[in-house]
Amino acid sequence: MNKDRIIEILMEVHPEVDYETENGLIDKRIFDSFDVVTVVGELMDEFDIEITAEHMIPENFNSAEAIAELVEQLEDE
Amino acid sequence: MSTMYTNILEYLFESAEKFPDKCAYFDEKVSYTYSRMLSEVKSIATLLIEDLGLVQKPVIVFMDKCPMALASFWGIVASRNFYVPIDLEMPDIRLNLIKDNLDPAAIITDRDHYERALRFSDKVYIFDDMIKTASDDTLIRNRMRSAIDTDPIYVLYTSGSTGVPKGVVVCHRSLIDYTEQFSTEIGITSEDVIANQAPFYFDASLVDIYCTLRNGATMGMVPIEYFSVPLRLLEFLQKHEITTIRWVPSAMKMVSAFKGFKSIRPDKLRKVIFGAEAMPTKVYNYWKANYPDAVFIQNYGPTEITGVCTYHIINEDYDDDETIPIGRSFKNTEVFLLDEDDKLITDPDITGEICVKGSCLSLGYYNFPEKTHEVFTQNPLNKLYNELIYRTGDLARYNADGDLVFICRKDFQIKHMGHRIELGEIETAVMAIPDMKNACCLFDDKGQKIVLFYESDRCDDISIGEALSERLQRYMIPNVYRKMDHIPLNRNGKVDRVKLKEFI
Repeated sequence: MNKDRIIEILMEVHPEVDYETENGLIDKRIFDSFDVVTVVGELMDEFDIEITAEHMIPENFNSAEAIAELVEQLEDE
Repeated sequence: MSTMYTNILEYLFESAEKFPDKCAYFDEKVSYTYSRMLSEVKSIATLLIEDLGLVQKPVIVFMDKCPMALASFWGIVASRNFYVPIDLEMPDIRLNLIKDNLDPAAIITDRDHYERALRFSDKVYIFDDMIKTASDDTLIRNRMRSAIDTDPIYVLYTSGSTGVPKGVVVCHRSLIDYTEQFSTEIGITSEDVIANQAPFYFDASLVDIYCTLRNGATMGMVPIEYFSVPLRLLEFLQKHEITTIRWVPSAMKMVSAFKGFKSIRPDKLRKVIFGAEAMPTKVYNYWKANYPDAVFIQNYGPTEITGVCTYHIINEDYDDDETIPIGRSFKNTEVFLLDEDDKLITDPDITGEICVKGSCLSLGYYNFPEKTHEVFTQNPLNKLYNELIYRTGDLARYNADGDLVFICRKDFQIKHMGHRIELGEIETAVMAIPDMKNACCLFDDKGQKIVLFYESDRCDDISIGEALSERLQRYMIPNVYRKMDHIPLNRNGKVDRVKLKEFI
């Protein structure tokens, strides 16, 4: 499952967050720009996708669920 | 000419006269002209002179980055006191350490943070109330007439290796010198619109604030959350016709990591200045490829010498694996290398400690004379008269062109997101967690991550992360946690950092 692997990646950056329920990773500034660059780098390597500035909007990164949807969409392209 | 000025506020008076109605400082919510800035500065100064009745005392400014914070700074300075900007995200435990060191005379804040500010001082002013004060020009003129250019302007707190933050005290003369040299050698004019990235409690913001003030330029404050959303960041630059940025490389990396210029390439940008941490050459090359005609400048300098002391205007090409030099000193500042025996190094490719002298030298650490004397010392090359130097603890060498190239630190200080952090401060905070047996922090240079190794029966990554967020600012929180059965020790019983490094 992509989502489980994504949560593992997120846990490495912020272990204290409950990724099953949290839906404000960007809006609440739980992830800062360093965290974002780190996570996106990992996602691109892990799933062999390209995440561009167009994708990097809060709606796509506020929750593990949203990230999983983005990854799925990019994997299909 | 720096000798003309003895008080930083002369810049404000001049710019308010030359450009009264020009936008001076703006954020996404409010925009201040030079005349409005001056008028609010005068109200704040009048109230402080009448009500506080003190001089040369610290006043904390406890506010988000906004034009009102700047008005507070300068109101404090006009009353001949000095300002101390504090990060609102700073946890109470760390803020208490600063309060104990500083013993602030008062705090200026906004309504939202009034209750919290009361925990740190009995004397708390609310900005919106202060600016209702009718200003008294004679009172301010007399107070400023008594001021001298060695009076402090600000104290900026930086990480301390023993766990207690150190406050660097800077006076008018140093800041005027810095602003003069930077403006003239780098070339900042009234035409410039500067996008400010650094928070005001971080000295990377000095150029933005004071080169704007001196030259009658305009400064826009980029909201911190835009640095997580590259399109918003680039839209800000485009919309406000930004000509100049002076950012930390981590912020520039945000654009290159997402190839942001493919979507928006702000077309007025012509000066790109960076410093405060190593610039990944790959990131620089991405920016340069998109702005072949812009001027790119690398800066170097610790808070203790007021902003930066060297610059390098990049005219050469660099491969992704080459290092961009930090260059040469600004005018009226001398930067030199000393070897382990305090002998001057002049030949290329010999490693030495970067030492600095000149008017840029700060007044040392507030209320911390022992630490001050350790690093602000008599110049060992001069036995004839008093001449202070600052020993940076940074190691560098000259390249074949005579430019300085940064190598590394002598100690356990690191740069993360442009912020300077003593790993010892993180370790002290970790060791304060109950049931923590041993802990050591290392910096993974390759991944640019703070790695915490710890030994404990009951603590786990989550509980440590939570405990640290109550003690440290977020940029100091480790990025990677490694629980160990035993942290390796050397023969002296100290943590074996070399061995530990193999586990990264």
